[in-house]
Amino acid sequence: MAAKVNVGLLVTLEGEVATFKIQGTPTIQRLSIIEKQLQASVQNVQAKSIVWDLSELESMDSALALLIAKDIQNAKNSDKEVVLSAMKSDVEKMLTMAQEHAHFDSSFIPEKEGFFHAVGVDSADRVTKFLDFLSFFGQLSVIFFGSFFHLRHIRWKEMTFEIYESGIKALPIVALTMFLIGIVVAYQSAAQLKLYGANIFIVDMLGISILRELAPMLAAIIVAGRSGSSYAAQIGVMKITEELDAMRTMGFDPYAFLVLPRMLALVIMMPILIFFADIAGIIGGMLIAKVELGLTTTIFMERFVEVVSVKHFWIGLLKGPFFAMLIATIGIYRGLQVKNDTQSIGFNTTKAVVESIFAVIICDAFFSIIFTNLGY
Amino acid sequence: MMNRKKIIEVSNVVTRFGKNLVHDGIDLHVNEGEIYGFLGPSGCGKTTLLREIIMLENFQSGSIELLGQKIEYIRMRAAQRLRMQWGVLFQSNALFTSLTVAENIALSLQEYTNLSQETINDIVAFKIDIVGLKQFDGTLYPSEISGGMKKKAALARALVMDPKILFLDEPTSGLDPISAREFDTLIVKLRDLLNLTVVMVSHDLTSINNTLDRMAVIDNKKVVAEGALDEIKKIKSPFIERFFNNEK
Repeated sequence: MAAKVNVGLLVTLEGEVATFKIQGTPTIQRLSIIEKQLQASVQNVQAKSIVWDLSELESMDSALALLIAKDIQNAKNSDKEVVLSAMKSDVEKMLTMAQEHAHFDSSFIPEKEGFFHAVGVDSADRVTKFLDFLSFFGQLSVIFFGSFFHLRHIRWKEMTFEIYESGIKALPIVALTMFLIGIVVAYQSAAQLKLYGANIFIVDMLGISILRELAPMLAAIIVAGRSGSSYAAQIGVMKITEELDAMRTMGFDPYAFLVLPRMLALVIMMPILIFFADIAGIIGGMLIAKVELGLTTTIFMERFVEVVSVKHFWIGLLKGPFFAMLIATIGIYRGLQVKNDTQSIGFNTTKAVVESIFAVIICDAFFSIIFTNLGY
Repeated sequence: MMNRKKIIEVSNVVTRFGKNLVHDGIDLHVNEGEIYGFLGPSGCGKTTLLREIIMLENFQSGSIELLGQKIEYIRMRAAQRLRMQWGVLFQSNALFTSLTVAENIALSLQEYTNLSQETINDIVAFKIDIVGLKQFDGTLYPSEISGGMKKKAALARALVMDPKILFLDEPTSGLDPISAREFDTLIVKLRDLLNLTVVMVSHDLTSINNTLDRMAVIDNKKVVAEGALDEIKKIKSPFIERFFNNEK
């Protein structure tokens, strides 16, 4: 469909009369050529009267018609005389329509607000968001603690599904990652310990760091990435498709149906995930202890029982439910914050993951301080 | 009447989804300048056929020719060129929610032309006007306007490149009767003004009466009837009898 005739605007000047003529059949893709020539001619051609010769034009699309209509209007506004040649009926119809429906003064750029306006709106927005969160948290607490007294209100089926979806299915990846972290940590420390001949202390090191910190943290980060994001996205889309509203009108409380099962599932599964992460991490470390430092499994285990007290294990597990609550709450809250457009799903999903990982780390820091001060 | 040229020709199209045979040899053609409809019971594959014509869905055998171009084996360039010559209005409008109405309409112009922002604005303003929206609506986001306005905005977006063919998937679904009739009038008006060929899937009897020049009735995987409304009504088919007798 290459243009047979070069598209362009032919301007001829005879005395005070400028004649404009369109050459070829310009499609909208090639219209910018005409647009530029027309702009140039407005500046260069000083004529009292303008003739638009459209007699040879076979057809015209609305964009070209608009260009011409605008030029005619501008010319008339600056007191020039405009003469239109005879046109083929399709062309004339299009030009008339363009003149009828054109709005050359429209602007679609939203008005810019001032600095103070923006600060004000933003502050008000933050206050509302905070109140929103409190209200969400309140509702959640009512449902959560209420569920202990009304066990039959718990949606067991949804909960078991979520246990499988966000707990069991996360097991392989949590175990594999922790196994690799065990290897990395052991490998790095083995090099240092070897220097001092302190090979056996690798057991103390791995035992305490993995059981107490690394395993709970890593499990929480992976769950935040897997489930936190999926809760936010899923509930966000349900909000856009009005599924949440449908549930409300049918008398199903979304908190009881969607929020509580997810939360309970994570609270139950997180310690279990941490438990398996512990095992995988220690196995990884044990492997390196054997290969790099020549510690046999028997020696490793004997030393492990001797020096790593069981409190480290319990502290690690204890963090699980707290991390789970944070991840589930933030993921679900972010889901409910989704507004009626697709961009806010992406925005809120990102936020859900970033915020829940951040919250988990803060929470972990608090635990560290508390337990250390309590003498554990 | 103008010289009637076949603009879309569907011949012997077979579509299968897994074991489910949807179309078993569909034959029909659309002439230039007419408003053409696909009718049929739900699940007969009207929308699928429309999606096949606009290259969103594949078909197993047969041939579809659009503006003189066969689309079953089409080069990427040629496909792109075809896409510039049609506009599609989806059933759910499919406006981009992160852009304002004006930005939605301007998107193709921004991407495919080198026109200045001023000219693009003029074109957008013109399209907003001919579909019957107010200029102010251009600054709003899709989430801020009503269903009928979204339809019109999506129509303006479909029309922005002055397409030769306009595809509509159930354009009046979800509209109240008054808006639906307005939309019918608008489609006929635009066809006359812009020399469009319109292909639509429709269930709406009034809309079918008001707008369609010719139509194809698809039932039992085949086209059971094709032609103008009074020709269609004469044909004996359980679906046609049920469908058109309900109106009395």
